[in-house]
Amino acid sequence: MDFGGFGQFMSVQVPEFVADGVRWAAMTNSTIRDLDKAVPRVDGADKVTGKALYVDDLKVDGALYGRTVRSHVPHAKLKRISLDPDFDWSDVVVVTADDITGKNVVLLIEEDQPALVPEGGIIRHVDEPVALVAASDPRRAQAAMEHVRLEVEELPAVFTIEESVAKKVLLRGDDNVYKRFEILRGDDVEQALASADYVIEGTYRTGAQEQMYIEPQGMIAEWTDAGAVRLVGSLQCPYYVHKAMRELLQLDEDKVIVTQAVTGGGFGGKEEYPSMLAAHVALLAKKAKRPVRMVYDRVEDVRATTKRHPAPTRHRIGVNKDGTIVAVDVDVLIDGGAYLTLSPVVLSRGVLHSVGPYNVPHVRVVGRAMATNLPPHGAFRGFGAPQTTFAYERQIEKAAQRVGMSSLEFRRKNMLREGDVTCTGQTLKYSVGSAQVLDAVEQQIGQAPPKGSAAPPQFASVKRGKGLAFYYHGAGFTGSGEDRLKGRASVAVNAGGKFEVRSTSTDIGQGTFTIFAQLASAALDVDIKDVEMIQPSTEKAPDSGPTVASRTTMVVGSVVQKAGAQLKQRLLAFAEESGVQSGDVAELAKRYAEKHGELEETVTYHSPPGVKWDDATYRGDAYPCYGWAACYVEVAVDDDTHEVTVERCIHAVDVGHAIHPVLVKGQIEGGTLQALGWALWESVVYRNGRVANPTMTDCIIPTSIEAPEMETLVVEVPYPHGPHGAKGVGEIPMDGPAAAVANAVADALGQPFDEVPLLPEVICRQVSATAAE
Amino acid sequence: MKIRMQVNGAARELETEPMRRLLDVLREDCGLTGTKEGCGEGECGACTVLIDGKPVNSCLVPVGQVHEAELLTVEGLSDGELLTDVQRALVEHGGAQCGICTPGIAVTAESLIRREKNLDHARIRELLAGNLCRCTGYQRVVEAVAEAAAKRGGAGDE
Ligand code: FES
Ligand code: FES
Repeated sequence: MDFGGFGQFMSVQVPEFVADGVRWAAMTNSTIRDLDKAVPRVDGADKVTGKALYVDDLKVDGALYGRTVRSHVPHAKLKRISLDPDFDWSDVVVVTADDITGKNVVLLIEEDQPALVPEGGIIRHVDEPVALVAASDPRRAQAAMEHVRLEVEELPAVFTIEESVAKKVLLRGDDNVYKRFEILRGDDVEQALASADYVIEGTYRTGAQEQMYIEPQGMIAEWTDAGAVRLVGSLQCPYYVHKAMRELLQLDEDKVIVTQAVTGGGFGGKEEYPSMLAAHVALLAKKAKRPVRMVYDRVEDVRATTKRHPAPTRHRIGVNKDGTIVAVDVDVLIDGGAYLTLSPVVLSRGVLHSVGPYNVPHVRVVGRAMATNLPPHGAFRGFGAPQTTFAYERQIEKAAQRVGMSSLEFRRKNMLREGDVTCTGQTLKYSVGSAQVLDAVEQQIGQAPPKGSAAPPQFASVKRGKGLAFYYHGAGFTGSGEDRLKGRASVAVNAGGKFEVRSTSTDIGQGTFTIFAQLASAALDVDIKDVEMIQPSTEKAPDSGPTVASRTTMVVGSVVQKAGAQLKQRLLAFAEESGVQSGDVAELAKRYAEKHGELEETVTYHSPPGVKWDDATYRGDAYPCYGWAACYVEVAVDDDTHEVTVERCIHAVDVGHAIHPVLVKGQIEGGTLQALGWALWESVVYRNGRVANPTMTDCIIPTSIEAPEMETLVVEVPYPHGPHGAKGVGEIPMDGPAAAVANAVADALGQPFDEVPLLPEVICRQVSATAAE
Repeated sequence: MKIRMQVNGAARELETEPMRRLLDVLREDCGLTGTKEGCGEGECGACTVLIDGKPVNSCLVPVGQVHEAELLTVEGLSDGELLTDVQRALVEHGGAQCGICTPGIAVTAESLIRREKNLDHARIRELLAGNLCRCTGYQRVVEAVAEAAAKRGGAGDE
């Protein structure tokens, strides 16, 4: 069989980005060698012309359409899978767990999640895959899917964290706890709280949030004659899929090839779940002996894939009359759902951020990730930090009010500065932009607000309020994570004499390719047009680590930069040896390739010197550095409908250094709106363990009308170990705006609001309850 | 049913079931994959195309309805290798991140610039409300469209 089109895609890089001089010339006639300039993003022209190929756009000759048969019950024993005898199965391929010859797991941290629930196995959530079908016509595949019968014996299910904590049903071990963390600092926290002038206590609830990338998940698989499986899909982490497929299919390293197609957004949602799709198309394609494509529709995507962990956080803070914080005690709970997936890591980040960027001498934090029968919750921008940030920034605001200080004054008094020590005992040695972001916000508040937000609805009467939030976000993997990962990337002269950046850090919209091209061209001292980016593939690039955790520019970017510099040295040495009279590095590359062919420099990441972390005690340098941010909003709350309009939004973020100011602002603004959405409108409703609003019509995200005109302030306090001083920016804008909004709504209505989303019905319920008292 | 239409300036004739979604016909039969599907229910605008100059969600349109109509998709915007002012502004201002919403936004923006003079940010926000973008927070999109509109002099003639 000839799968020409597909094979071709696999072997071809996506080179047009940089190489196409024509469209570039149309864009700009300047030489783009400098950093810090808003060079047009390298994939920009392809994206605005519709030429960029996403997974559903790839032509694959002879490919079948795959569909997934799901459990439809939240907790049950799967007794039997049978095929409707009245249905014509002649042109349909069916796969069940029996067809798995390797290991039936989707490997991540643990091996608890199967690719398909086997007969006799336990169904743990309502959208769990149990069988797969494929046919050459999508409608046939759909019909076949509906004719697979499941015989189940239902078990009692657990749908909330509270039920899980109460051990109503045991889903895991003897306590339903996936993971527990504890942080202790100073003396006994109860005694310290007892000694404080005031103790403020609250429980803060945040709901699940859907990533709602506009491109649903999709994957294509094809097996080669040599027994290798080629996968291409919409994904963030090629080597995560690679690792999971090697385990599932029991294949050697070179027999699994994972390539990223142009990806229409991820936000964490395409960190882990693509391994599940990969498993399914790989199994189907193997049995069918033909390529198989699977692209979810929106409903399936919202129901089955991961979301932000719902999390109630109980927080107690002790303050003295003079405004000093004495002690903080936090109890963090997150709902992990039906399998462990990434929950321990999400919990870790949530716990580590739960005290906030403040000096607190006495601390106790306990965090637990709990098992339930909801579809697993997973990675979403911020990764546990937005949940705990919401809690502590509500508490800080209440504490400021209690001691009679302004929002700014109380935060300034207690904030961490250079040389201060965090709750894990980390001394902050550099790149602490705490004072700068607060100053920037304060200054901007004094400026006239920009016009341009959509005209607010004509309220009969409104109440207005203002809210501030201040926070930090650890950049890169937690603790010793980066040393375990050993992220690698290469810069090479390819056979054609062009420069090529080879990494598996994906561009999911945030601009990785452009930043890497900038960093490589600057390190090589060549024009950015001489640098090509390859589409990330395990076949062509080393493992750069996952594209997560605000690490891509800071960690992998620094590796690209080093590899570029080393490559330049090699080329200069070549010039000297061979007597070539040219200092033009691009010219040298051409000469080198003519004579010797390819030349590649690969560099491995090492944590900066002096970073120490103890996983056992959870003490030490939790992150190599932090981003710092402050967000200020003004809201109007309609007295009748209780709808909240964000009338002003100022967001200052310390990013170390903005290698590409436009991309950085784009990251901040996109994250800000996702956070405002989480604060006010985005609600995932579960009914009997299943998402009851799985469409874009019902599970809404903000439009351009709800989005306020953004006042984005890029603050730069350089990080000495980041490329040109840069540190992470991807996640931090998601952390704080929700607290700023809740603080503003509380200010407007004169009573506390301690949960998000603050839907009109939530505000209505509370306002009516207070009025009735 | 035999459907005759103009797609990006070229006449096309095809034989197909009239109830098929225009989106599928464009992507599958015409090979125009620039038009995207984000929801299939008229909510996201990723599938926006211009039918006789007006932006429409092609996932909601049975192809039988566009018989004899004039269609413009993202592929028909640029003149050969030259980007339009809208496309160019979207790239320069960072209005395209992951890019999946971008074809729909570029097409919608083109139609509103042709239609209306004096497009300020507030008006652009209203007119773009049918095109969801999860990446940008809309700020750079709005700035890009405003710049392109200003360059085009708000010429509301079409
Ligand atoms: S796919 Fe047509 S509006 Fe979303
Ligand atoms: S750029 Fe990604 S959805 Fe708009």
